[in-house]
Amino acid sequence: MTTPLPKPIIDLTGITKSFGTFQALKGINATINEGEFFSLLGPSGCGKTTLLRMIAGFESPTDGTIVIAGQDMAGVPANRRPTNMVFQSYAIFPHLSVADNVGYGLKTRKLPKAEIAREVDQALQMVDLGGLGSRAAHELSGGQRQRVALARALVMKPKVVLLDEPLSALDKKLRDQMQVELRQLQQRLGITFILVTHDQEEALTMSDRIAVMFDGRIAQLATPEELYRRPVDRRVASFIGVMNFLDARATGRMNGHLALDIPALGSIELPSAQVPEGLELRNLETIGIRPEMLTILFEGSEQTEHVARGEVTGTAYYGDMTYYSVRLPGHSEDVTISMRNTAGRSIVPPGSEVPVGWGADSIVLFQ
Amino acid sequence: MLTGERRQGLALISPTLLYSLLMLAAPLIMVLTFSFWTQNYLELDTTLTLDNYREAWSKPIYSTLIFRSLKISLIVTLVTVVLAFPIAYYLSFHVKQRKALWLFLITVPFWTSYLLRVFLWKVILGYNGVLNTALKGLGIIEEPLTFLLYNANAVVLTLAHAWAPFAILPIFVALEKIDRSLLEAAEDLGDGPVRRFFRITLPLAMPGVVASTLIVLIPTVGDFITPKLVGGTDGLMIANMIQIQFGKANNAPLGAALALSSMLIVASISAVIFLLGKRFGGKVQ
Ligand SMILES: Nc1ncnc2c1ncn2[C@@H]1O[C@H](COP(=O)(O)OP(=O)(O)OP(=O)(O)O)[C@@H](O)[C@H]1O
Ligand SMILES: [Mg+2]
Repeated sequence: MTTPLPKPIIDLTGITKSFGTFQALKGINATINEGEFFSLLGPSGCGKTTLLRMIAGFESPTDGTIVIAGQDMAGVPANRRPTNMVFQSYAIFPHLSVADNVGYGLKTRKLPKAEIAREVDQALQMVDLGGLGSRAAHELSGGQRQRVALARALVMKPKVVLLDEPLSALDKKLRDQMQVELRQLQQRLGITFILVTHDQEEALTMSDRIAVMFDGRIAQLATPEELYRRPVDRRVASFIGVMNFLDARATGRMNGHLALDIPALGSIELPSAQVPEGLELRNLETIGIRPEMLTILFEGSEQTEHVARGEVTGTAYYGDMTYYSVRLPGHSEDVTISMRNTAGRSIVPPGSEVPVGWGADSIVLFQ
Repeated sequence: MLTGERRQGLALISPTLLYSLLMLAAPLIMVLTFSFWTQNYLELDTTLTLDNYREAWSKPIYSTLIFRSLKISLIVTLVTVVLAFPIAYYLSFHVKQRKALWLFLITVPFWTSYLLRVFLWKVILGYNGVLNTALKGLGIIEEPLTFLLYNANAVVLTLAHAWAPFAILPIFVALEKIDRSLLEAAEDLGDGPVRRFFRITLPLAMPGVVASTLIVLIPTVGDFITPKLVGGTDGLMIANMIQIQFGKANNAPLGAALALSSMLIVASISAVIFLLGKRFGGKVQ
């Protein structure tokens, strides 16, 4: 691998924020790298917006330091920070045309008129709004407003672009399209993007790294793949995608393996590489396994490492996929199994006894 | 073609509409008609003529009065709006709790009659009034100041005080309507507080400022109580003259012509202010 060492652009150290007696952020530590697409993901009220607004300079931390591009931001007002924000409401100036909106910040910088016009044109081209410069703000659709807000931030050539749920006001189709465009644009420009979202799918598809937040803390900071495959705890696991939780008990360690007893599936031995560091064996009560890691075995299916028996209790057909609810012996809740639909394979009706295949490497242990 | 719904709507509002048309249009038409007639002592000559307008627009006394009225009203409006803006701004942006209480307090002066308030200013500004007595008591002046009362300054002061709440409220409403994230966006794009104020806050508050200006300007041009009570002879305004024509001078047609002329002038000034405000405020939707 020849990836250059990541250069940090933002350093957050020990950030807390209190509103009166309520503590919205309880000690945030993170480093965000240059050119990275970084997402803050978490449920409503976990403090994502508060953290983003602090980076932008609209709120100041109660404690902790924010360093952007090597400079401590304490006391630096929002208008002197190398960041630009795309607001959730887009905050398009209603009394200005599209071009004046986009050129707003350049005018503050006192650039010559001709240069502003050129930059604005370029920025509008970049977000596919070429030729709409003379439109009034209220003549735009939701998607167009979003693009104007983006162009207005990008034209400033900031070190970091901050986006607070920029796609949440768009309908599903447009949102999917904008996700792709936003990601492509970010990669092309190489500017750091920090995206706030509560949509895990959005975070997974767009980000280089994701910080999952709960209750004012970062629960896990990792790449999308790592987050999905190795969530650190049950909360993260159930927030990112679907996870089946099964009761389990550690029965001992021997020659680099961890012996586990999972009543619903059977007893297995896991290689230690799969066991998170610092795991207290006696605290181990549950393991996780993703729906696509369980398979219903059909005649002629590929063999799997282990096979358990279960009974189908329900199905949900999604076109490309079918989701099965399956009851496993010794487990009160049904597990979810997702199966890709293929030609010539019909859906197993509820009530059928089926063999359920699984592999030890897909077992997730939590700290 | 009227659709059923529209016809129903019209039917619903028509009694009120008729009533207000009657109350508004009837006096106006009467005044308009009068202005083309002539008063011959006790009887009215109803042949149509433009003589009243000729007199109104040519005699220096009337133009002096009109100009003075306009000057006083414009100063009153300027003073009132310029003072009202910071108050409305403070209310909207810095008062976090009990905004309603503050708004309520602003309307407190309305609890006493306008006449009482004017008399109060007489008591404060008079020769032996509160201000003079206080200044004398403090040894700052020997003789009472005479420029306080019975001149145009007193009219400006009294009117500005009386109209302040009317000016504050529309500006306050306009400021309240400004989406705060617009201000943050401006700051985010590099504006300091002052630039941001002139590029975002003020243009977006313009509809309120224009409304305040017109609300104060239009009625004060026609005010006749205040100049009569605190204005002396230097502070008399066109409305006083109109009142005299309708009353003592017994020349209602001339009064009507004066009234309509000043109405026309005020209307054109208002239109100019409205257009200027729109221009500065941009294309706010
Ligand atoms: N100005 C404020 N005063 C008091 N409490 C605040 C203030 N701003 C935010 N909070 C509180 O801080 C917590 C975090 O708010 P924040 O807006 O950061 O959440 P969020 O993660 O962005 O949520 P959402 O997804 O709903 O936007 C919330 O409980 C909120 O009520
Ligand atoms: Mg938020």
